[in-house]
Amino acid sequence: MEVQKNDSEIEVQPTLAGQITPRVGLTRTAGQWRVWVGRILGNRKAAAGVIILLIFALAAILAPVIAPGNPTKFVDIPNLPPSSKHLLGTTGQGQDMLQQLLWGARVSLSVAFIVGVLTTLLSAAVGMTSAYFGGMVDELLQLITNIFLIIPGLPLLVILVSFLPPGAVTIVIVLSITGWSWGARVLRSQALSLREKDFVAAAIVSGESSWRIIFREILPNMWSIVVANFIGSAIYTIGAEAALEFLGLGNVSAVTWGTILYWAENNSGLLQGAWWTFVPAGLSIALVAFALALINYSMDEITNPRLLAVKETRNVLKKYRALRASRATPVVRDAS
Amino acid sequence: MRFLVRRLGFYLVAAWGAVTLNFVLPHTMPGDPATTMFAAFRGRLRPEQLKAIEQAYGLSHAPLWQQYFTYLGHVLRGDFGISLSQFPAPVTTVIATGLQWSILLGLVSLILGFLLGNLLGVIAAWRRGGWVDSMMQPLLIFIGSFPYFWLAMLLLFFLAFRLGWFPQNHAYSDYLAPSLSLDFVGSVLKHLILPAGTIVLVSIGGWMLGMRNTIIGVLAEDYLIMAEAKGLPQWRIMLGYAARNALLPNVTAFGMSIGFIFSGQLLTEIVFSYPGLGYQLFQAVSNLDYPLMETLFLMITLGVLAANLIVDLLYVRLDPRVRTA
Repeated sequence: MEVQKNDSEIEVQPTLAGQITPRVGLTRTAGQWRVWVGRILGNRKAAAGVIILLIFALAAILAPVIAPGNPTKFVDIPNLPPSSKHLLGTTGQGQDMLQQLLWGARVSLSVAFIVGVLTTLLSAAVGMTSAYFGGMVDELLQLITNIFLIIPGLPLLVILVSFLPPGAVTIVIVLSITGWSWGARVLRSQALSLREKDFVAAAIVSGESSWRIIFREILPNMWSIVVANFIGSAIYTIGAEAALEFLGLGNVSAVTWGTILYWAENNSGLLQGAWWTFVPAGLSIALVAFALALINYSMDEITNPRLLAVKETRNVLKKYRALRASRATPVVRDAS
Repeated sequence: MRFLVRRLGFYLVAAWGAVTLNFVLPHTMPGDPATTMFAAFRGRLRPEQLKAIEQAYGLSHAPLWQQYFTYLGHVLRGDFGISLSQFPAPVTTVIATGLQWSILLGLVSLILGFLLGNLLGVIAAWRRGGWVDSMMQPLLIFIGSFPYFWLAMLLLFFLAFRLGWFPQNHAYSDYLAPSLSLDFVGSVLKHLILPAGTIVLVSIGGWMLGMRNTIIGVLAEDYLIMAEAKGLPQWRIMLGYAARNALLPNVTAFGMSIGFIFSGQLLTEIVFSYPGLGYQLFQAVSNLDYPLMETLFLMITLGVLAANLIVDLLYVRLDPRVRTA
């Protein structure tokens, strides 16, 4: 990706090589966004991921409209199989499963989103500081990062959560504190390679502040990694949140996908053959995680020139069947 | 050598971090464990148990730094206090029984997943666009996005409960006493299939993808063209040349995934009531057995650190560049 400058004061911007290039302004950025949206929707995997995710988001937002009322209310005989009256049956406590699922999506999805944002912010802050300042700061931050990386996540989560008052807020805080290390490492190494680039050198020479260089020069050039990091964190969160609640470490009277599974296990829905008490919630978690994973993998395909090249050569080879592909991956470069 | 010393230093710092965390948590958290426990065991705590709690936390009226050093001393001597839920037994004895099952389950599933996943990754990269590449990959990514414990519940429900092919819980049949007889070993293996299978299924996709992508990077190297020019058989180029050189990043990932596997294994153990450390941790949490809980966390962390150290040693053997650096 090329360098983007959003500096509105200068009309032209000199580069180190001395050429004058036209200002890259907001209009260009807006165009870039359109290109990205087009690329994502043009990729079959990414489009599928976005659609699945939108369906779940809509269901969560519209829960009060689709399934109004209190989802924890006793409505019918416990453990009824799916029927026209209760599309997904009833739980072991006589609640409507579909209603629980829809309302549960609200908490589960928002926790995933909030933790995704918080961990990404934390990892970006740690990773960029570490890469930009180097030296002792880097050594220290890396040590902390590596310790967080190596301490096994779920046992730590279990310990932390069992000491704090149960609830969604606790889960958000604990998952954010424990989940940033992987992203910090990835962002650090990317920022390190960007730090050596000429435009950063130019910014240092022209006397820009460290703060500005980190957030206005380096960060905009690693958006794709930041986004991938956010998605990865959201995937992890949705699984970890469900796991903690499944263990009974969340607020068990709240309705989330994790607590649905907790109650399914505790009311021994499993042993009564009531598959509808645990299949829908688990499947929803899996589908959301899968949709996010699809977007992440295709982000790789969209941004990695090598993988892009594989696709293009395959298309060319389809045209000329006589040619045989060499095993090595070709690299395409932009014609411009 | 310098590499190893550096790593060793890091593991020591990490271990100290985990030990300290174990001390800091009960001392700073708003929910004071001592009060919680007194409330939970209303009137049922014997004087010895009260002492055990005090000992486990180093709770006394001494200044904090002094409590901390007393605690460090206890840890160094391997004295973790007494389990509250299985009262007279010291925490270490309780954990020792869980440890063997966890190691068995962990090693079997990790090695199986690693071998299968990497092999599939090699094949996917070698026959790019073939069925392994185009079909297996999305399928495994899909399976990989299932929560561990939910996949375990599903398998338990359909294969063990509905079809009755596998036992539903525990590490071996309740009617057998541990021995080295054929019956017992068979029972252990039979009980291992479902928990290990769950972990293998979920982890295989990640290995495959990692291997596939590194091999694609390696394929353009000269030594592969050389090997092909020499007329070596395909499988030999594939495994001995391409895979061997692409394996390194996955070895690093192997070390890291020991920690991840432990996280996943915890839930799998709980669903199958498999008597490993994870199941014990779950029971300790339900019983508010704080000494057991904390020591389990420490043991799991130290286990992961040790495993990583072994991987580092392996790395030195595999990559000559590390040796000279």
